[in-house]
Amino acid sequence: MSTMHAPVTLTIDGRPITVSEGTTIWEAARQLGIDIPVLCHDPRLPPVAVCRVCAVEVKGARVAQAACIRRVEAGMEVRTHTDQLTRVRRMLVELLLADHPIPCAKHEKNRDCALELLGEQYGLLPVSSGERERTRAAAPAPHQSRGRLHDRGGTIRVRPRVLEDGHDLSSPVIAVDHHACILCDRCIRGCDEIQNNEVIGRTGKGAQTRIGFDLNLPMGQSTCVSCGECAAVCPTGALMHKPLTIDVPLSETKAVDSVCPYCGVGCAITYHVKDNTIVQVSGRESPVNHGRLCVKGRYGFDYALHPQRLTVPLIRRAEFYPKGPLSKDVRGEDGRWQRKPGGIVDYAEVLPAFREASWEEALDLVASRLKQIKDRYGPGALAGFGSAKCSNEEAYLFQKLVRAVFGTNNVDHCTRLCHASSVAALQETIGSGAVSNVFADIQYADVAIVIGSNTTENHPVAATFFKQAAKRGTTLIVIDPRRPALADHAHYYISYKPGTDVAFLNGLMHVIIAEGLIDADFIARRTENFAALQETVKHYTPEVVEKLTGVPAEQVRTIARVYGRAKNAMIFWGMGISQHTTGTDNARCLISLCLMTGNIGRPGTGLHPLRGQNNVQGASDSGLIPMVYTDYQRVDTPQVREKFEKAWGVALDPKPGLTVVEITHGALHGTIKGMYMMGENPFLSDPNINKVRKALANLEFLVVQDIFLTETAEFADVILPAASFPEKEGTYTNTDRRVQIGRKAIDPPGQARPDWQIICEIATRMGYPMHYHSPEEIFRELVSLSPNLAGLSYAKLGTSGELWPCPDPHAPGQSVLFTDSFPKGKGKFVPAEFMPAKELPDAEFPFVLNTGRVLEHWHTGTMTRRAKALDAIEPEPFVEIHPEDLSTLGLQDGDWVRVSSRRGTIVLKVRSGNRTQKGSVFIPFHFREAAANLLTLDELDPYGKIPEFKFCAVKVEKVREQEDLAAASAA
Amino acid sequence: MAERVLLRHLDVPDIHKLDVYLAHGGYAAARKALTTLTPEQVTEQVKASNLRGRGGAGFVAGMKWGFLPKDSPKPVYLCCNADESEPGTFKDRAIIEWNTHILLEGILITAYAIKCHTAYIYIRGEFAFGARRLHEAIAEAYKAGFLGKNIFGTGFDLDVYVHRGAGAYICGEETGLIESLEGKRAYPRIKPPFPATYGLFGCPTIVNNVETLACVPSIIANGPEWFKSIGPEGSPGPKIYCVSGHVEKPGLYELPMGMPLRTVIYDYAGGIRGGKKLKAVMPGGSSFPVLTPDEIDVHMDFDSMRKINAFLGTAGIIVMDEDTCMVRALEIIDRFYHHESCGQCSPCREGTGWLHKLLLRLEEGNGRPEDIDLMDRIAGNMMGNTVCVLADAAAMPTQSFLSKFRDEFVAHVTLGRCPLKKNGTGHRQAA
Repeated sequence: MSTMHAPVTLTIDGRPITVSEGTTIWEAARQLGIDIPVLCHDPRLPPVAVCRVCAVEVKGARVAQAACIRRVEAGMEVRTHTDQLTRVRRMLVELLLADHPIPCAKHEKNRDCALELLGEQYGLLPVSSGERERTRAAAPAPHQSRGRLHDRGGTIRVRPRVLEDGHDLSSPVIAVDHHACILCDRCIRGCDEIQNNEVIGRTGKGAQTRIGFDLNLPMGQSTCVSCGECAAVCPTGALMHKPLTIDVPLSETKAVDSVCPYCGVGCAITYHVKDNTIVQVSGRESPVNHGRLCVKGRYGFDYALHPQRLTVPLIRRAEFYPKGPLSKDVRGEDGRWQRKPGGIVDYAEVLPAFREASWEEALDLVASRLKQIKDRYGPGALAGFGSAKCSNEEAYLFQKLVRAVFGTNNVDHCTRLCHASSVAALQETIGSGAVSNVFADIQYADVAIVIGSNTTENHPVAATFFKQAAKRGTTLIVIDPRRPALADHAHYYISYKPGTDVAFLNGLMHVIIAEGLIDADFIARRTENFAALQETVKHYTPEVVEKLTGVPAEQVRTIARVYGRAKNAMIFWGMGISQHTTGTDNARCLISLCLMTGNIGRPGTGLHPLRGQNNVQGASDSGLIPMVYTDYQRVDTPQVREKFEKAWGVALDPKPGLTVVEITHGALHGTIKGMYMMGENPFLSDPNINKVRKALANLEFLVVQDIFLTETAEFADVILPAASFPEKEGTYTNTDRRVQIGRKAIDPPGQARPDWQIICEIATRMGYPMHYHSPEEIFRELVSLSPNLAGLSYAKLGTSGELWPCPDPHAPGQSVLFTDSFPKGKGKFVPAEFMPAKELPDAEFPFVLNTGRVLEHWHTGTMTRRAKALDAIEPEPFVEIHPEDLSTLGLQDGDWVRVSSRRGTIVLKVRSGNRTQKGSVFIPFHFREAAANLLTLDELDPYGKIPEFKFCAVKVEKVREQEDLAAASAA
Repeated sequence: MAERVLLRHLDVPDIHKLDVYLAHGGYAAARKALTTLTPEQVTEQVKASNLRGRGGAGFVAGMKWGFLPKDSPKPVYLCCNADESEPGTFKDRAIIEWNTHILLEGILITAYAIKCHTAYIYIRGEFAFGARRLHEAIAEAYKAGFLGKNIFGTGFDLDVYVHRGAGAYICGEETGLIESLEGKRAYPRIKPPFPATYGLFGCPTIVNNVETLACVPSIIANGPEWFKSIGPEGSPGPKIYCVSGHVEKPGLYELPMGMPLRTVIYDYAGGIRGGKKLKAVMPGGSSFPVLTPDEIDVHMDFDSMRKINAFLGTAGIIVMDEDTCMVRALEIIDRFYHHESCGQCSPCREGTGWLHKLLLRLEEGNGRPEDIDLMDRIAGNMMGNTVCVLADAAAMPTQSFLSKFRDEFVAHVTLGRCPLKKNGTGHRQAA
């Protein structure tokens, strides 16, 4: 970093300044408040010095110097605004304006086209007086310099235009106008250096140059992932965000700083709001994302305005009892795909089952029915599912409601379905379920393993930092049976047979021990039970591992050596590790690998299970887990319980509650009678949906609180309309343990209320008064009961949040954990033996099904399928199959197929893709019309109680034309 | 000069063949260098000879080699710049096609001097015949043990690869050449760092012109004093002059450095065609200022040319007689730079286009009085404000044409046609 270098003193326009070595003239001038005009430079991008508007005079230099790239030297004398320089700049702007549409789309909308602003400054364009010209019909007034190249009435275009009209509207989110492009390269660098996607380049030579996508494809057909970085850095109207809601200039909007509602990366964003509408979202500088966003964060915000939003409480009509599914999709009728390939629920199918009610009536009904069940069957017959999409405050209140008012610990949320096994292993081995190092630490790592994580699609912004680290010298090892796009940036990519993770990881440990690459000192000082591990992995020679996993023995040795010899190595993992019946074993192996090499407690080392939901870390921290209160304080520890009993003023259940899948089983078997569902949609997210369907229908009473009428809500007795993410305030904790404030940008529609207010109402009506004035007040109560959060306050969180642990209000949160010891003292090696998956493929069901997500969609699609842009990019379900398997099955890309497991059948289109191994198929689980979880197996990991989402046996059959006809005629 | 070095094929037929080349002392210099001299001694001799780069810039070759970092762990590369594309320049092509082995020998000696084991010859795509000749000669050299492993039993290894360009002038710019060799668009790099420290694949790299490298064997064979004895002290050695345009005998002439331009045109190239009068001459290819008849007593070497604000360049002498329309001639030149600008920097990409279009307009008879000053202003503002010197290469001839032949440009505006033609627009005699 330049700040570490020696100071250099120079003069700029006669004023002396001392800056650190390596500073550019442009930066130094900026520090003096001298503005050197520039078109191609952006402080976030490496300089390229191609626009040359920033030319300055340096005494003694033969020619003008580009200030954006020329580094300062001691004694340098720089002049930034001479007559000669003004002539050069004016001429350049004049040259560029000749081909520029006036006004370009950006100037027309926001008056901030960098080129036209310079044109106005140099008197080449008329300065418009405050009032914007709203239409292009109002041509700019003729003026001297633009007239220069007028030739018999027509302007000579200096750059012959290659394409028809220079417009490319093929991308759903970005409008391209090549005429407005000044070839400043900002978009290219934004794509290459910031997002590391490398889609944009230049095409054509010299005067015919234009920006091009891939091999000069229309943007919408290229490999562009629609992150919008190019449009964010473009200085002109060449790359513009397409308006997704109302089209108003940003100057007329109000900016609200918040965080992104989607994944666990927790990017800082700014909403631009006008007329209770989010008009646009921008990335905001923060230690997390440094202004970067992905397609969901930038373009996936209009769901809040969707007409299907719930606006009044709903009560099920008497004639729709006994309860059952309402829509054809949820009933699971076949042939439905014929009429509706892709798409969200048809409210005409489901709304007639409900009548509108007042909040009073609905809340009274909820409170009385839940109380009734509690009185009749005992507290254990009640259960609640909170949500990792709600705030820390809401998670805290929800578990408080279930524990203090319902009187049971039967409270859980979707963390059970993502990292429960990782947390179980981490708690058991080191005593803390959170990440040891923030993901940005990868920049300090010599080696990084990313295993079981499709990072570019599930944590897109984190992936940009991974790719950048790989470019800058971190050896990146990507391990996954289904080849993730990140593998393209990796130094090593390992693919093994699905479900053989333990065998492979044991093989790595075998080699590391056998070749003496362990950190014996660390093992002796800070760990226990190494002998047992040694005993277990002894048998996993690379040759044995090759037989089990299909990875060549030599490759096992190579990876072991690369990781084992690294000075600082980091491990990232995702659902590919955790969502197995051996999920806890998988995580144990990763932890052992880390411990035996002493790769923990320093920057660039450690363990980072990438958290899925935006607040899965926070919801767990806030006690939305059946075994623990806030801050992982166990319900079965008497002193802890006493503390909470005192704080909450009621006696609490000392027995840990049931987990997500166990609660569903309870409902199925009649032991769970009443449920409160806040923002969860188990009908799509839980395994073996047929069972879930029966279980939900079997509940005596179900209240669902959500922003849309979800699949799960079809089974509800009462539906409560909640405020969506941008409609409320709260804190959210990202994968790094960073607690950040999400701020209210717009008002909720109709009578919808924030979740925390609804919880308070129910609690109060059930006889436990809950009164809070603001989320901040709830947050204060939460941190007062949580030692690791004790130092946090809204004031301290500020605009970029704060990491926990943070016990001291006067000290910053800790970035690197376990520097000297583990929460449980010594780290424990827990050996694991390889066990095959529960349902192996056979002659009848020959394929292994892997489920997961796609970049554009989020979980059960409730939000993203109602976001225009996201739905346009990825509108329908698909099954990805290896091309060779396709030809064996006689299928072609785009054919309709029937995919069946022992539990169900779905019909969807096939997509040919060689990222999936031969013998495997991949189906994203977002799509109600072909719900992947109809097929999955509800076998659980014995420790983390996480279901096996990543492995079950299926068969694939072509949908025959006759059946098509039959289905069509039945419709 | 008694014996030609660079155009020796005119004296010794078939010298592009290895056996002929060997029979006339070929590879003796390389053998001498590799077996009796250290790399440092070879560099010293070349430095002492004051051999200046023949690609146009005239930088002292031995000094350039000396810029290589002494203790870099990275490999060193040598790139032979055979992307000869300068209008009016066709000297490297002759060496490549007809005196092929002298180039390979020069590469071998240079590679030894700079401790390089991989050399690339970046040859202009259109030189298909030259590329074939190179492939044949390289195959012969490998077979004879002059390339490959353990050359002359010294343990020195060298591999030479031929890379054909794809038709862009900018690939002749040394950093554009390097980018192109790396498989990228030939966008010149910002300097510093210079290729000697950060070149091909980020490694120390020397880029030398064909003619420069072809001079090296004779320096080793005859000694630096011999080389310095040819031509002026400041820029000595044999030099190929390329004469084209309106002369009786256009072609290549190998003469000592520093010949008076008049002598080259009138004594060697036979004077102006058809006994016409000389109007203008571009002495260093199309990239440098034009000279008028009263300036042609200048001596053709780097230093003498600079004294009259001209450049030796590639010594591509383009001669124009009295019937040449200077507007038309400049339009052809600027059309070339408009077409060949890589498009990276806006002053060049946009400026060359404006110059060309304005000249077209002038030539079509639609020029405006202010267009002449506008062109001068555009050219002036392009100069020195781009990553590479292509913008300067377009600006310098433009400004010199405008100042030295201003009347003719004004006449095009006032008459609305070319004054040299009675009724038509411009005519096509130049170049």
